[in-house]
Amino acid sequence: MFYREAGDFKVSYEEDSQTFPIKFDRYRYYMVLAFAFLVIPFTINDYWANAILLPFLIYSIAAIGLNILVGYCGQVSLGTGGFMAVGAYACYKLMTAFPEVSMFVHVLLAGGVTGLVCVLFGLPSLRIKGFYLAVATLAAQFFLVWLFNRVPWFYNYSASGQINAPERDVFGIVITGPNAPAWATYLFCLIFLTLCALVARNLTRGTVGRSWMAIRDMDIAAEIIGVNPLKAKLTAFAVSGFFIGVSGALFFAIYLGAVEVGEAFGITKSFLVLFMVIIGGLGSIFGSFAGAAFLVLLPVVLKVVGVDVLGWPPDIVAHFQLVIVGGLIVVFLIVEPHGLAQLWRVTKEKLRLWPFPH
Amino acid sequence: MSDQFLFATEVFFNGLMAGVLYALVALGFVLIYKASGIFNYAQGVMALFAAMTLVGIMEGQVPFSHIINAMFGTEVHHFGWHVPALLAILLTVGVMVLFAWLVQRIVMRHLVGQEPIILFMATIGLAYFLEGFSDLMWGSEIKTLDVGLPQGGSFWIEDMTAGLGSDNFYGFFIDNLDIVATAIAALLVTGLVLFAQYTKQGRAMRAVADDHQAALSVGISLNFIWVLVWSVAGFVALVAGIVWGTKSGVQFALSLIALKALPVLMLGGFTSIPGAIVGGLIIGVGEKMFEFAIGPLVGGATENWFAYVLALLFLVFRPQGLFGEKIIERV
Repeated sequence: MFYREAGDFKVSYEEDSQTFPIKFDRYRYYMVLAFAFLVIPFTINDYWANAILLPFLIYSIAAIGLNILVGYCGQVSLGTGGFMAVGAYACYKLMTAFPEVSMFVHVLLAGGVTGLVCVLFGLPSLRIKGFYLAVATLAAQFFLVWLFNRVPWFYNYSASGQINAPERDVFGIVITGPNAPAWATYLFCLIFLTLCALVARNLTRGTVGRSWMAIRDMDIAAEIIGVNPLKAKLTAFAVSGFFIGVSGALFFAIYLGAVEVGEAFGITKSFLVLFMVIIGGLGSIFGSFAGAAFLVLLPVVLKVVGVDVLGWPPDIVAHFQLVIVGGLIVVFLIVEPHGLAQLWRVTKEKLRLWPFPH
Repeated sequence: MSDQFLFATEVFFNGLMAGVLYALVALGFVLIYKASGIFNYAQGVMALFAAMTLVGIMEGQVPFSHIINAMFGTEVHHFGWHVPALLAILLTVGVMVLFAWLVQRIVMRHLVGQEPIILFMATIGLAYFLEGFSDLMWGSEIKTLDVGLPQGGSFWIEDMTAGLGSDNFYGFFIDNLDIVATAIAALLVTGLVLFAQYTKQGRAMRAVADDHQAALSVGISLNFIWVLVWSVAGFVALVAGIVWGTKSGVQFALSLIALKALPVLMLGGFTSIPGAIVGGLIIGVGEKMFEFAIGPLVGGATENWFAYVLALLFLVFRPQGLFGEKIIERV
């Protein structure tokens, strides 16, 4: 009734192959975009920005990046934290070396650098696969974190070993540092997320994305029908690395402001992003959003319910959170291996027929 | 003999001992992987859980006391008794068997036939669950574990070797606990090999590892074997938990040794028990020697990543590990 495609005729090939072929979907998408760009910036406050919206936007970018690697290309990576650290440190070095250049450029360049590093660590994927590769990416995780901890050049020889984001502006509006207004930081991240999602969505629909999926579904067969595994795997690593680098740069420069690498980009971060991808749905861009939203909101909700309403000590709530997240991962893998995205698809199918199921 | 050489030898021996401990953890992985094709990431957390349960039982802690106190405002912490170590170990084995049964019943049974990588991710979820659960059950503070294993440096070895070098060489420092751990590991491996070779269940286990369907068709119950394998892995986790817990206290970091065991496995091959041991020794010696020789030049703490990078480089040239079965792929 609300969600129908009757009367929605396609008269050209372009119309038929657009991202959202159903009119209702398309308008809903425009509505969400308009709301995100035109309504939220005027109503946002610091608490909402820092507790929910900024982490959600930034983790969504990371989850899209990892989803390309794990969900679309089938190469499991546990090095996300390390790659985010590359993005953060690249951004930091660029910010301090070229203060007058726009932050947009810095973040994009940081993504590019991370893409290169990611390709480097992706090279073994040509020989090893499955969880052998997953473990190999742990090498990236531990090596990179160690590198940023131990080589003073990366943190500009600061005494604390931390990196602090200096104050930078875009078109005269401060977006990093403690004085940045919430709406500006929010919009800055939102612009990157929108661009990333658009690029990712269209990449996965095209030749590159199809070659990734062919490799994921069966690499030997894909090779036989003419997919170049070298190209497919390394492009997946590069694109994924770019997104993860962008998210790392934003995570450091916009969200945290000051970073201690072992704490902010440790192995737990790798697992967190991987969980977002699993819960959200492997091989789905929408799933990356859903998973990121879910795992960003869950601790907040648990904290509100557990600490504020029930009055439990925070450490017990933190342990409950581990139990719930771990349990959810298992439940999702058993019941719905395609995650929240699949639930959404099922709901849409139901809505198309509702209220006349036959 | 020069002092430098003697120091290097000491580092070598210490690395060997550390390697034994890695091998101990890696062993649990190999057992489950061989029998069910599941790469059990939760092995390290199982060691943590086992060690925590052991301490909890020995000290007479009330399980879930924190939640009970938080919910009902009571102040219960201890039953007020102390259980002797041996009995506590037996009880903990019971808990681990129960855990194995539950895992098989609730989780793994529903995931039969899924891709290995899905199973791997499921065990990551299991690891998180178990980590939170054991903290809820026993509290998250660092506990000391003392089941009567000797600790501290061995004076005998120190005295014996003190004369080898010049005056400022005081002899080898080797922890008694490491020696005991080596003995325990040797016993455990012998026991496991004997169990696998000469008992009915052991044979059934090997049959399942060889071919699930063939094993099923001669009347071996897969469910039972999988529970058995998870129990044995739980037992190995308990042993590893006891040794590591005695060494550095029962705390969250214990679960991270699982991460250390991964490169050991990659080096040795996922399917080989000797591989786990040799891999453990190579990693243990390698990282200690590397830290000793190269570490000071590049800023130290290379132990964090050396094992992974070594395994990574190694895998590029020999993807199945040292002793692993050759990977054959068919379309």
